[in-house]
Amino acid sequence: MQRFELTRHKVEAGLRRRHRSEMRFRIAGMLATAVGILFLGFFFVDLFAKGASAFLQTFVSLDVELSQDVIAPDGKPDLAYADFDGLVHDALRADFPDVRSRSERRDLYRLVSAGASYQLRDIVASNPQLIGTRQTVWVPASSIVDMFVKGHIDPKLDPSVRPLSDAQIRWIRHLQDTGKLERRFNKALFLNGDSREPELAGIRGAVMGSFYMLLVTVALAFPIGVAAAIYLEEFAPRSRWSDLIEVNINNLAAVPSIVFGLLGLAVFINWLAIPRSSPLVGGLVLSLLTLPVIIIASRAAIQAVPPSIREAALALGASKMQMVFQHVLPLALPGMLTGTIIGMSRALGESAPLLMIGMVAFIVDVPQGFTDPATALPVQIYLWADSPERAFAERTSAGIIVLLGFLLLMNLAAVIIRKRMERRW
Amino acid sequence: MARMTEVNLPGDSPRREGDPAAEPGRARPRQGGHDGRGRVLDHLEQPVEAGATVGHVRCRNPFVVAEDVNVFYGDNHAIKNVTLEISKKEVIALIGPSGCGKSTFLRCLNRMNDTIESARVSGRITLDGQDIYGKELDPVALRARVGMVFQKPNPFPKSIYDNVAYGPRIHGLAADRAELDDIVHTSLERAGLLREVKDRLDEPGTGLSGGQQQRLCIARTIAVNPEVILMDEPCSALDPIATARIEDLMDELTQDYAIVIVTHSMQQAARVSRRVAYFHLGTLVEVDETDRIFTNPQHKLTEDYITGRIG
Repeated sequence: MQRFELTRHKVEAGLRRRHRSEMRFRIAGMLATAVGILFLGFFFVDLFAKGASAFLQTFVSLDVELSQDVIAPDGKPDLAYADFDGLVHDALRADFPDVRSRSERRDLYRLVSAGASYQLRDIVASNPQLIGTRQTVWVPASSIVDMFVKGHIDPKLDPSVRPLSDAQIRWIRHLQDTGKLERRFNKALFLNGDSREPELAGIRGAVMGSFYMLLVTVALAFPIGVAAAIYLEEFAPRSRWSDLIEVNINNLAAVPSIVFGLLGLAVFINWLAIPRSSPLVGGLVLSLLTLPVIIIASRAAIQAVPPSIREAALALGASKMQMVFQHVLPLALPGMLTGTIIGMSRALGESAPLLMIGMVAFIVDVPQGFTDPATALPVQIYLWADSPERAFAERTSAGIIVLLGFLLLMNLAAVIIRKRMERRW
Repeated sequence: MARMTEVNLPGDSPRREGDPAAEPGRARPRQGGHDGRGRVLDHLEQPVEAGATVGHVRCRNPFVVAEDVNVFYGDNHAIKNVTLEISKKEVIALIGPSGCGKSTFLRCLNRMNDTIESARVSGRITLDGQDIYGKELDPVALRARVGMVFQKPNPFPKSIYDNVAYGPRIHGLAADRAELDDIVHTSLERAGLLREVKDRLDEPGTGLSGGQQQRLCIARTIAVNPEVILMDEPCSALDPIATARIEDLMDELTQDYAIVIVTHSMQQAARVSRRVAYFHLGTLVEVDETDRIFTNPQHKLTEDYITGRIG
């Protein structure tokens, strides 16, 4: 009896201490989670505050006289050499007739984007019957006007440090009052390639470049990775060589990614003469990066298949290949796919290895195939972050938002694929 | 371990030569031999002379013949010089304490020991005259003739239909879908499962109860029309009612197949088998007809096991 009482006593004495330490641990955990959420929240709020305005662009309405003398002096439209700039300037002067001096006129012309003339040319090219008519065209305002309209330029600043003169501000206000200046959805951000002019700059080139690269990456890394994992797990005899290979693959997953870029430069570009800056060489380099991740995830998935299933298949007279491909592989596939998509997400966000192979460059044209020069989304963000023009600041954030959106979609795909395959069996 | 029988009646049981305690009518005291160093050996450590299997190792019309089979797992000598004949259409039970090698021997018969890297098998095992470890017999073909049912039911994570159809599919036993349907239905019926699942053949096999899953595994095995069925403690994970159903099943199956069953339960061995083989520490100690072994065991170790002194 006394023995039991003694034990009970000791247990109860220690109870308070145990509860307290567990409470401390729980509080520490909640604190850590709260800090994490706080940082994440701060990041997202900052990102969207800076980047949301990039999805809108200021446009100016011009009444353009598409005069035949300028566009088609010999009867045929001369799109390459016609002075579309002149047409834009004429339209602006028509709106502000009292602008006389040269410097004032230059300031007036600077209200509108340099790409306005190209826009006119494209309009005429797609519909030559408009030559000789008067058209109302909404052209993008220059980036400095855009920044002013969005409130990023303080009109109370001293004119010597302010990028807009008093006259320009007056004209902008006039255009606003007469309804000829408004903010619209920034289609150029999604439809154009990169440009020195922020109002004309878009991520389409970078998105296509990333797309082609990831296509090459998944086409190479997934089959090779899965096959390597199957071989190493099921067929390779346990020996010192296979242990060595396993250690090396695990280490490769931790190698700094720029090293793969150097390898790409040395082998793919110099030796195999694959075109520099192409999504093909970028995809090859990224697939080298993703391969260890896929192999490791696939091996874990294969190991998780219960041996009872393998024995049942063998006992029925299945050959080893049949057992592996008809039983082990289908059961391991969800894990393999998840590992692949995680690897792809990492590859999408890499920019260091692309440095060595020439994809960190100002490339204007949207790539049409695997061998055209291209850049990637994270690289584009980096280049914009580095650009001096004020308007690129918000576009950098917008690019990051788009990149995060793609990553979210890929991870969502991973979750959905897992759920689907798990339900089936 | 329930007592199956009383100790021998005086005078009518031939004993091994030189057994010092072979006095009729006396209850056997716990025997201890001595090793060369004077230690008293426990029953479990008492060596049995290799090759000195008691009883009837041979049979009429042998179908599976194992001659001098030795199995090593690395350095561990798991099966020592076992010779045994199994005839067509009989049920033979392999019994013995844990770790005596009965499952190992069973797995030799369909070369499942090949999947274990450290396992080495020597000796000769023939199936209908053909050496199963020889070059002419492909293990894949062998396993289509010698099926196996495992201790824990392991249906594939596929539909019930696909589970049973898997074997016929990979061996090309059905010419078309109608024939495959026929095979699947017949196998399920013979396994006593058809009535319970015939409207839900598309549902996953893993959704059945334990007893049903084991019958599904049996149906899957007989779908390839094997000649021998190996069963490794098929009922040990099941409740008594499911066990009874499977034992009834074995009664019907024995009309067409030879069945080798490893079991821990001596009652089960007594119920289902015609012959019993007793293994002890890797050696085959005694083989005889079921009735004779359980009423009149000839070897001391057999008797001790049956009466519950070992195991």
